[in-house]
Amino acid sequence: MLKELTRLEMKKTREGFGHALVDLGEKDERIVVLAADVTDSVNAGFFARRFPERFVQVGIAEQNMATVATGLSLVGKIPFYSTYGAFSTCRCMDQIRISICYSNANVKICGAHGGISVGPDGATHQALEEIAMMRSLPNMKVIVPCDYWQSKRATMAAAYIDGPVFLRFGREAVPTLTDESTPFDFGKGVVLRDGGDVAIIACGVMVYEALVAAEVLGKQGIDCRVINLHTIKPIDRDLIIRAARECGAIVTAEEHQVYGGMGSAVAEVLVSHVPVPQEFVAVMDRFGQSGQPDELLRAFGLKSEDIVAAAKRVLKRKK
Amino acid sequence: MNPFNYSAEQLQAAALDVRRDIITMLVEAKSGHTGGPLSCTDFATALSFRYLNHKPSEPHWADRDFVFYSIGHVTPVNYSLLAECGYFPLKDLMTFRKLNSRLQGHPHRLDTPGIEISSGSLGQGLSIACGVAKGSKIDKHPRRVFCIMGDGELQEGSCWEAVMFAGHYHLDNLGVIVDYNKRQIDGEVPKIMDIAPLADKWHAFNWHVLEIDGHDMQQILAAYDEMLHHQGSPTVIIAHTTMGRGVSFMEGKSEWHGKPPTMEQGEQALRELGTTYDEWSSRLLAG
Repeated sequence: MLKELTRLEMKKTREGFGHALVDLGEKDERIVVLAADVTDSVNAGFFARRFPERFVQVGIAEQNMATVATGLSLVGKIPFYSTYGAFSTCRCMDQIRISICYSNANVKICGAHGGISVGPDGATHQALEEIAMMRSLPNMKVIVPCDYWQSKRATMAAAYIDGPVFLRFGREAVPTLTDESTPFDFGKGVVLRDGGDVAIIACGVMVYEALVAAEVLGKQGIDCRVINLHTIKPIDRDLIIRAARECGAIVTAEEHQVYGGMGSAVAEVLVSHVPVPQEFVAVMDRFGQSGQPDELLRAFGLKSEDIVAAAKRVLKRKK
Repeated sequence: MNPFNYSAEQLQAAALDVRRDIITMLVEAKSGHTGGPLSCTDFATALSFRYLNHKPSEPHWADRDFVFYSIGHVTPVNYSLLAECGYFPLKDLMTFRKLNSRLQGHPHRLDTPGIEISSGSLGQGLSIACGVAKGSKIDKHPRRVFCIMGDGELQEGSCWEAVMFAGHYHLDNLGVIVDYNKRQIDGEVPKIMDIAPLADKWHAFNWHVLEIDGHDMQQILAAYDEMLHHQGSPTVIIAHTTMGRGVSFMEGKSEWHGKPPTMEQGEQALRELGTTYDEWSSRLLAG
């Protein structure tokens, strides 16, 4: 299996988003797309060239983009607005809180360039807080797809989920774990590998790292369950509870700050229902920095070997 | 088409009723904003009762015009007009700001018929109005979009992102009325953070600019008429107004931005407006 994992096709999640917008635009007149200058970086350009009359360029003005999108939703449009994740969320948090979430406006927020793997642009452009921010808002839904196909499927699904949805994509090409026929079931985590010693719950690019870690641990006689928790809000409580009951130990892995992200969301479920030990693989309360994506993942402790180490730690705490 | 189509005289009478509603609901609520609602009353009444194409019995009517109060805190005038138009019973005004009321301190779309968007954080309404205007252009729909903004609000940088957007896309289906009462909580706008020269700023962003006395009904009607006929660019009406207009001891005083009248002050204000608290609260509770 490990050998297979090294031979997967590499594709960008943000391209899955861009291609989904075109497919959506073809079949639904209500789809509109907004961008704030970085149209091609976030792959909204595919849509902009195909449907120029339904593409709204707002310039470098993210606060305005979020609220213009809100207005478009009020006349029946299904707006997707997109820029780098750091700017599509943090920069316009108040607009998202009041105009979008408090009003339950039907706006789809897309954050490209999520995570440390953005690379050489450094800390300003490495969104590491959006999952925490977005999931704290009532009415908001949060999705972090793991690869190209899941990004495409999730984008297609988000168009028809009522109310605000946040979608997080990455910058780099990542291994393609799903294919064109893999369904996307909003709100339902996916068990990619069954096991009973420890469950690794991951999202985004960390799903691949989790599968590699499980393979390594398997060779050492540790039987890992791997869950792709692509929907972080609403969270798949039942799946997490079952994993905790059956495995008795949890590792969460995400390319996000440790405080408030997917791991925190899982911990909230565990402490309320099945308080088993959990270890966090995440960015440990620090800003990012420049570097190559893979060396950054290594430097920030977000590689498969870090998940392996976390699994061993949590197993020592398991009763 | 406006379902009321009031004359100037009828609008002046309606505006008086709105001012009485504002004072009465604020006395009852014991909290809320008084000065801004009173400065907006004349042009806002004209909008609801003469220009806005709406159906109060059908708040989500698809072909309606949209109006956004970007200054969410002027809920007293906003709610009074909605109730007077028939969106909900007048007696609801007496529940303003109370627990489980549909009339929140700042407007909430999901609670109140006729409220198009939740607001209260300043500097967002014009962007939303731009979205509705742009969406209507995409659909080639003839709807009009109006946005009522405050002068202090224009200190929020996000307002100018929206002003730039509307000018860039020639949104001539969009109109703004600025309640230029020159007062904000901390004092006089020019001393806190000056927004002058205001007309020049909007001109520079490619808007059609009108300046009027925001309490002169003839000037208000002439300005709306011109706004509705102007093509090729969005229009802003800079309405020079007086905070607390209509109540002698409130006029021009910043302290009335964010506080309600006491019962005694309310009685005095209502006397100046030709009624009493008992008479007007009875009218509201019966409606």
